[in-house]
Amino acid sequence: MRIRALALRILRQFGKDRRTLALLFLAPLLVLTLMYFVFNGQSTAPKLAGVGLPEFLGAKLTAAGADLVSYSSKDEAEADLKEGKLSAIVFTEGNRIAVRLEGSDPAEAKSALLLLQQAMQPDESAEATTSSAFSSQLLVSYEYGDGTLTSFDSFGPVLVGFFSFFFVFLLAGVAFLREQTTGTLERLMATPIRRFEVAAGYLAGFGVFAILQATLIATYSIHVLGLYMDGSFWLVLLTNLLLSLVALTLGTLLSSFAGSEFQIIQFIPVVIVPQVFFSGLFNLDAMNPWLQKLSYVMPLYYGADALRSVMLRSASFAGVLPDLSILLGFSALFFLLNLLALGKQRAF
Amino acid sequence: MADNEQQRGQASNAAVDEAPVNGLKLPAIDLKGASRSYGSRTILKDLSLTVERGELFGLLGPSGSGKTTLIKLITGLEAASAGEATLLGKRVPNRQVLAKVGYMAQADALYNELTGTQNLEFFAALYGLSGARRQERIESVLALVDLTEHRSKPVSAYSGGMKRRLSLAVALLHEPELLLLDEPTVGIDPALRQSIWAELLALRGRGITIVLTTHVMDEADRCDRIGLIRDGRLIAIGSPDELRTATGAATIEEAFIVLGRGTEA
Ligand SMILES: Nc1ncnc2c1ncn2[C@@H]1O[C@H](COP(=O)(O)OP(=O)(O)OP(=O)(O)O)[C@@H](O)[C@H]1O
Ligand SMILES: [Mg+2]
Repeated sequence: MRIRALALRILRQFGKDRRTLALLFLAPLLVLTLMYFVFNGQSTAPKLAGVGLPEFLGAKLTAAGADLVSYSSKDEAEADLKEGKLSAIVFTEGNRIAVRLEGSDPAEAKSALLLLQQAMQPDESAEATTSSAFSSQLLVSYEYGDGTLTSFDSFGPVLVGFFSFFFVFLLAGVAFLREQTTGTLERLMATPIRRFEVAAGYLAGFGVFAILQATLIATYSIHVLGLYMDGSFWLVLLTNLLLSLVALTLGTLLSSFAGSEFQIIQFIPVVIVPQVFFSGLFNLDAMNPWLQKLSYVMPLYYGADALRSVMLRSASFAGVLPDLSILLGFSALFFLLNLLALGKQRAF
Repeated sequence: MADNEQQRGQASNAAVDEAPVNGLKLPAIDLKGASRSYGSRTILKDLSLTVERGELFGLLGPSGSGKTTLIKLITGLEAASAGEATLLGKRVPNRQVLAKVGYMAQADALYNELTGTQNLEFFAALYGLSGARRQERIESVLALVDLTEHRSKPVSAYSGGMKRRLSLAVALLHEPELLLLDEPTVGIDPALRQSIWAELLALRGRGITIVLTTHVMDEADRCDRIGLIRDGRLIAIGSPDELRTATGAATIEEAFIVLGRGTEA
């Protein structure tokens, strides 16, 4: 009853208060530092698997800078390709060289193709006899997508998750902060409401808001912008919703440590921006491995991973369950910490 | 320290005696050596005070003397650093007892985006009021604070005095047994102040205990008892008449100044 009252009040407040959420840029330093780490590494060679390749081609590919691993069976290589461990499998089909690309990262696919084309170019110094045994035409196929995936298709799912996360974080953070600065939170605490009810009321009120927002973002990007979508819409929604829950609980938690709206904005470069870099928007293979591990503590990483799996690789519920469970775990953790932080207002 | 600290209000009136005190005769508020400090600063020092049921008790004191802190300590919003506070027989902090308490903070704690009615609806729900009774209570408190015609305006469009009145309405909403009002009449015009005081006296007549803080001497004069607070200490407690006689002063204001001098010496 009290939870419902709180949720209803939040909905009413936001129904009226259409403040535009301005995006502020306080993060240039942090962003630049992160950009440095992300882009300044040596470029990665696409990981290729060779299955029964003629020796000359293997040698040429390695010479061209490919990271080539020999597999004894194509099935084994296929399995690794599906898991995203490989960029492509190169194999022979009759007298033709065939390549099967992973396909969900267009940039990676392109560089793999380029390498192959380089390696297959007839070169004068080599013995014409061996090369001519193979046709110069490459057979190309894709594991995911059909080669028409654009970069937007590839990082679109990440953006869908990011916007859910970012706006809910900001909104919940600012709303809860105002509750503290205007004294209404203290006034709430002078009623027989439980701390749990306050936190749950916030969750319910903004939860409604988050569902609407997630639906809108997903629908718009898939149906209006034509974002590549090969999986279940419901799974996309569910993932987005869980991401918003994390954002909601994290936003309210951090607002306990902020003194003003401005200080909430200051959390953006610290809490939000790093997550963007680790969310899969950028290929992190070139990054220092211990820095890469940072992604494990970033909720957006799991949300983006689930969204990409669903949208690009039509993953099933079971496939994204680990990601979703971790998101739920983050929400539960932040929710509990919220209860503790509310103890600052009233010790019972 | 003034020696009349232990005095209890003898100025009981008929209405109080008739009031239901549920047999137990437990005081409404009982402070025993309560202190409150922030860090190394002690804001309230060793306060002992008993407020009987049905009493109208005024807290008087200079700005920064600790009146608000004391009110919050009684609600349980602030925990006592030493000593203890009992509210309606329950040692605070206690969540359930708050259902019987109407609290009005010094700063209006209202949702500016919502209308007056919506604010009341929200708080009514928190106090467990629903259905027809909620409606009836909302109408009643709106009429009481004279806000019925402004009920559908957002609070952001209210004047300072209107917000104050709405805060008072929130405090009265659930018909509490005890009212804790922190400067309830600040920013309210004389005519409305009179009608609010008439209502407070009527509530007291029905056995409701009221503790309020004020800077206005003629308001202090209408209380059954007043407590003078200075630098976090209760320097005197008694009925207005008792305080005047004890200090030989003609007005409460003078009495206050005389007593204040006493502690500084
Ligand atoms: N959260 C806090 N942290 C530190 N000091 C505080 C805090 N709240 C109040 N104080 C201090 O406690 C003292 C008493 O404050 P309080 O608000 O109780 O005064 P008051 O008697 O209500 O004054 P006024 O009449 O101006 O409302 C003041 O000196 C104030 O600076
Ligand atoms: Mg005060």
